[in-house]
Amino acid sequence: MDLREKARQLLESGEVKAVIGYEKGTMGARRPVFVKKAERADRLVLDGDCAQNLATYLTRPEIRKLGRVAITAGPDALRAILQLMAERQIEEENLLALAGDGTVELASAQAIEEHLALAPKELPARDRELLERLGKMDRAERWAFWQKELSRCVKCYACRNSCPMCYCGHCTMDCNRPQWVPVASHALGNLEYHMVRAMHLAGRCVECGDCGRACPVGIPIHLLTFNCEESVHQQFGQRAGASSRLDYALSTFRPDDKESFIR
Amino acid sequence: MTEAFEPKITAFVCNWCTYAGADLTGTSRIKYQSNVRVLRLPCTGRIDFMLLAKAFARGSDGVIVSGCHPNDCHYTSGNYHARRRWMIYRNLMDFMGIDTRRVTFSWVSAAEGARWAELVNEVTTTVRALGPYTEYKELALTGVE
Ligand code: SF4
Ligand code: SF4
Repeated sequence: MDLREKARQLLESGEVKAVIGYEKGTMGARRPVFVKKAERADRLVLDGDCAQNLATYLTRPEIRKLGRVAITAGPDALRAILQLMAERQIEEENLLALAGDGTVELASAQAIEEHLALAPKELPARDRELLERLGKMDRAERWAFWQKELSRCVKCYACRNSCPMCYCGHCTMDCNRPQWVPVASHALGNLEYHMVRAMHLAGRCVECGDCGRACPVGIPIHLLTFNCEESVHQQFGQRAGASSRLDYALSTFRPDDKESFIR
Repeated sequence: MTEAFEPKITAFVCNWCTYAGADLTGTSRIKYQSNVRVLRLPCTGRIDFMLLAKAFARGSDGVIVSGCHPNDCHYTSGNYHARRRWMIYRNLMDFMGIDTRRVTFSWVSAAEGARWAELVNEVTTTVRALGPYTEYKELALTGVE
């Protein structure tokens, strides 16, 4: 059985109300598709070009009100799903993850966790190289690097919108009374926006890299949230998306948390 | 003749420990460097990471963040939560190239008037040696394109 056949069955039997997957877009690109009728299941595709983390749609009101949905999900999306469950944003019984070639049904958090245990997370070579380069820079060079990168940010918020963990109905960035962060695209506002984005995702980013992929001008902003994840992992010993029952690292504490900089 | 550089230090302190401590410094008539502007917040847990960034953008050359010692929080755990946030934020600042030598995190209790004076003196000396934080201030002056 292939993904299309599976989707058709799921929709015909009424087991799910929609299948969230990819279809062919223009010029060979892949784009998200929301299949609600069995006869439209033929549009679905799943191949190496399907990169976007579809989990971002699961918290949209239009999807939520449908009821149970199926979603084609690679390891990154599966981690996002677990994290969304940990944050009580989606319910286990409302979701069926279609993993692997799209026919492997994962109907519970436990099933997802077991499936993920077989595929340990690895950073793409490009990110590893860039992180290595940054690691060798001194502080002033890192400042110059990020200033140069962020100067290209046009504040389109594609990074925010692509992120499965950015689901707040009201975002600090849209708040203009008082205006916490300048809206215009300029040095100060850009730095502050990315600082806020990274901190609001600290301990929650599942390191899918979609924010960086979504950026139309190619800023490696995902490295900012990755940095926070690395800190959380090293200092508090947990990784976002590892389980559906994870405390949010920054809203909890241990009396014996260890640091060396507080005087 | 140009005037010698005098750093502006902004201190975000909690109401119950460090603010009371700083008050004690005054009532004990302990003299210390006058470079610090103290901003009182209800709790260390209320000291949002963005306040630190805002201070730099508005012209501070150095920042102090200070609250109650672990176990002494008026709200039981505000300082523990703050500590976790600082642990992550400090790494992020460093990764983004913000000069973490300009941010001092500390615990100063209501009884530590002398310690507050010492802390401010030390931070002032350090930041004076570092010079003005022009790098950051320039951001605020960069126009909108
Ligand atoms: S990598 Fe980017 S898009 Fe993915 S979870 Fe983290 S912040 Fe969100
Ligand atoms: S996607 Fe890129 S250009 Fe758009 S707001 Fe994010 S960093 Fe800026």
